[in-house]
Parts: sequence; structure tokens; C-alpha cells
Amino acid sequence: MSQSDPAPARAALRAGARAQDRPATALRRSRLRALRRANWAGWLLVAPALLVYIVFVLQPLVITVQYSLYRWDGIGASQWVGLKNYVTVLTDQNFIQILTNAFQLILFFCVISVGLGLVVASLIRRVVTGRIGTAARTVLFLPQVIPLVAAGIAWSWVLALSGVVNQILGAIGLGGITRAWLGDFGTALPAVGLIGVWVLLGLCTVLLLTGMGKIDPALYESARIDGAGAVQEFWAITVPSLRNEIAVCITVTAIAALASFDIVYISTGGGPGLATMVPGLEIYQLAFVGQQVGLASALAVVLVILVLVVVLPIQRMTGGEPL
Amino acid sequence: MQRREVVTGSVVLVVLMLVTLLPFISLFTTALHPSGSVPLGIDWPANPQWGNFARAFQVADMPVLLFSSTLIVVGVVPVSVTISTMAGFAIGHLRIPGARVLFLLFLLGLTLPLEGIITPLYYLVRSFGLINSRLAIILPLIGLYMPFSVYWMRAHFVNMPSELSEAARVDGASTWDLFWRIHVPLARPAIASLTILLSVWTWNQFLLALVLVQDPTQRTMAGALGAFQGHYATDIPLLSAGALLILLPSLLVFLVFQRQFVAALLQGSVKG
Repeated sequence: MSQSDPAPARAALRAGARAQDRPATALRRSRLRALRRANWAGWLLVAPALLVYIVFVLQPLVITVQYSLYRWDGIGASQWVGLKNYVTVLTDQNFIQILTNAFQLILFFCVISVGLGLVVASLIRRVVTGRIGTAARTVLFLPQVIPLVAAGIAWSWVLALSGVVNQILGAIGLGGITRAWLGDFGTALPAVGLIGVWVLLGLCTVLLLTGMGKIDPALYESARIDGAGAVQEFWAITVPSLRNEIAVCITVTAIAALASFDIVYISTGGGPGLATMVPGLEIYQLAFVGQQVGLASALAVVLVILVLVVVLPIQRMTGGEPL
Repeated sequence: MQRREVVTGSVVLVVLMLVTLLPFISLFTTALHPSGSVPLGIDWPANPQWGNFARAFQVADMPVLLFSSTLIVVGVVPVSVTISTMAGFAIGHLRIPGARVLFLLFLLGLTLPLEGIITPLYYLVRSFGLINSRLAIILPLIGLYMPFSVYWMRAHFVNMPSELSEAARVDGASTWDLFWRIHVPLARPAIASLTILLSVWTWNQFLLALVLVQDPTQRTMAGALGAFQGHYATDIPLLSAGALLILLPSLLVFLVFQRQFVAALLQGSVKG
């Protein structure tokens, strides 16, 4: 890398050699040398970070791709199978359901969190500006702080047969629809999705609130003069002005959905059947319980690519720096 | 502002707050029921069993867990912050040769889900002979934090005016002086936010602990809670008490550092 001195610098060096007696050039030359030294010292500064990153992230990533081409139980000899693991991941009924589950979770994590977040943020900013608004900001953020594992435990209890949700339903005369929400094939996945909303809503709200802080208040004033209510304001001013923040929210929530693990592991373990099985948990099961390291790795590679496929277009939408 | 809007809005927010707090309230009332019973979701017991908390404290080995988690945070965060600050400075401010390529290389890891590399990570850590030790969590976490941390620190340093460094250079400052004496003090806010973020993420890290460390007393808080749930899944009051105890430290830290915390997370999401 050090070989590629930029052309102007080389020209300056040559000019300096021609006119040794001019002090300005000498100074420039010593500066240039200092700059060079800085460059090398700079590499030393990057080295530790680069090293741990290569050893513990890039290397495993390459090995994942390598594993994915083999059939291996994690102990004995491995056997080259080419792309067979990928064919399984992309055609097998079970895997297709697992990937579909992940995309359904995106619907919950993204659409509901961001949509509701927009409503809550504009309420706090524009309508309920007093104490209730401030309190809501803090309270809604709480789930973001605690370990997801704790959230999983709490929600498994809330949604259990004798949990609060059924208790409330019974109290308002809807005792007929009570069930073990996380154990029912029809409701388990939406229930996990709503736990995700519970975790992410506060983050989205607060993110969108900061964005709203940057909107010119004059816009709202003129809208009010034109007789717009809170709802018109929301669609005409708030939403369009928050393009960037919305994109960030979608990115964060989409990754959280595709790569979800903790909540699902604790609350449903992927069940009933495969109703809430997600790629992250399936990778764990295959690699560390089912001893199918190759298959787990193929799914891991597919997951990594899926995240990129979903996230990169959103980045383009904002037109800003990549992520 | 129209009154009707304010009332409707307030009602919406209060309902959402109640829903958010519901799991916490349910955990709390449940934790006060006699151990081993199956109470209703929210039901204040006739005879609150405050002793459940003491028992969960004992059964979950809380002091050991707190110590273990703290040790892991102390092992991960200062090192991560230091080396990523150095790298961010070199890439963002010194513009070393190849800075762009380096930056893109780190960027590559920004969206990478941990599940994508967890399998080889297990075999790698095992080959180092570190499995079942805290280092098995510490070292990979430092690596995993690099994309975000370097990205974060670079974003700070890229905005520092180069005149500052040139003036220092003329005064004969070495690159290290420049970094350590001039730029690190100026980067304090960025470093502080990064420290908060990484601490919380480490404390709550679950998957690495689950895969790489069998012994709960060597794990992070979240990892230990996972094991606790495995053991006491049928004793709901005790499990609730344990879950509350284990999430209490995170909650306290949040309530104390609320302002810095939210600010850090926000910048984190916007930038990263």
C-alpha cells in the first residue's frame, strides 16, 4: 500500500530535489516524510482491531461457507457434497417454512413497530406534550434495556393458559377464545411477532422523535393556519420528513426479525411443530443438537445473504452513506 | 391544540404504557405466590412470599452471576473501545493508505448476524482450548463488536478538522501523541456512548454464552438466566422471582443513566 504515493506528492518530491535551497520546499519535504511516518504508524493503530476482526469474524465466515459444502457430524470425517446442502435448504418443505416464518416476523417487527412508533412519536411530539408524553417515552423504552431472555420468560408467562392475557379476556367476556397462545399452531407466530413489537416499539419511537426534532416548526404552524388537524399534519409533514429515520428503523427491525433467536429459544423453542422456528434457532439446533454442521452452515450462509438482500435496498432508499 | 385530540392521544399512550408494563407487573405478583403453585396472571397473593426473592437469589447464585457478568464486561468493553478508537482514528482521520478498503472491510460485518458464524466460532474457540471459560465469550465478542465500533469512532474522527493535527505536527508531535493527547480527549463523548452501548450488549449477550460456555456461573447474566429457566421451568413463582432479579441490574443502570443511554442508543442506530 505504501508504494502508491499519490502523483502530486511524487512531483513535489522531484521539485524539491531540483530546488534544495528554497526553505519552503525543505519544509514541505519534511512534512511529507512526517506524513509517511504517520501512515505507517496508522497501520499499527488499525492492526489490533483488524486482527480480532479477522480471527473471530471474517475467518469463521469463510469457514461457514467451507462447512456448507460438506456433510459433517462435527466429530468424524467430513464428506464433500458440493451444493447439496443448499438445495436442501432452498427446496425442503421444512426449511421453506422456517424462512417464511422469518419473513412473517419481519411484517410484525417492521410494519407494526415502525407504524405504531410513528403514531406514538407524533403523539408525544405534537399532541400529548406534557408529563404523560415524557413518561411514555421512558416506559416504552424499558423493554429495549433488559435481556431478551428475560422478555421471553415474562411473555411466556403472560401468554400462558393461566396468564394475564387470558385472565383479561375472561374478565371482558371473551373467555371463549382463551388458549395457550404460544402453544397454538395458529397464534404462536403472531404472538412471537407481538413480543418483538413490545421490544422494538420504544426504540423506534425514540429514534423517530429525534428525527422530528429536526423538522422546521414553521411547517406545522402554516399547516395549522391552513386548518389542518393532527391527522393531516401526520401524513403531510411528519411522515415525508422522516424518510431517513424510518429507513433506519426498518433496517434495525428487519435485522432483528431475520436474526431473531433469544426470544424464540426461550418462549417457544420453535414450536409447536415448526410454527415459530426461525433460521437462527434452526442453525443452533442443527449444529449443536442435530450434528448436521454442513446443513446448519448452508442455512447460515443463506441467512447472511437474506439479511443483505433485505437491508441493502433500504439503504439505497435513504441515499445516504451505506448504513 | 384541540382538547379532543389531547384526550384521545393521552388515552392511547396510557394504554400502551400499561401493555408495556404488563409483563413486569405479572412477573412481580407471580413471584410473591408460594413456590410451586400456579397462580393467575396478575393476582395479589393473600400472603405475599417475599422470601421467594431471597430463595431465587440463593438458588440462582446471584453474587457469582453478577461477578461473572461484570468480569466479562470488564474483559470486553475497555479493550474493544480502545482498539476501535485507534482504528477509527487511523481510518477516519489519518487516512492511512488503504483506509477506504479497510473501512469497507469493517462495514461488511455490520449486518452480519451472529448465527451466521456461530458454528465455526464454536470449533475455533474449542481449538484454542478456551471452551467453557469466560475468554470464550470475551474474545469473540471483541471481534464481533469491531464493525460497529470502528464505524462509530470513524464517524467521529472523520469530522475532526485536519488543521488541529497539522498544528500539532509542526510542534513535533508524534502520531501517538497526536492520538492520545489531542484526539482522544476530544472524542470523549463518542467514547462514552460506545462504552455504554457495548456494556449493555455484553451484559445481555445470550447466544454466545449458550453455545460456548456450559457452566452458568461462567456466563453473562442473560446466559445464566437461560440456564435458570431450564432448571426451574415448572416452578413459575420462583422463575418469576429469578427473572426479576436478573433483569434488575439492567433496569437500574437504565434508570440512572437514562439520558446518556437513550442518546447513545439513538446515535448508535442512526449512525450504525
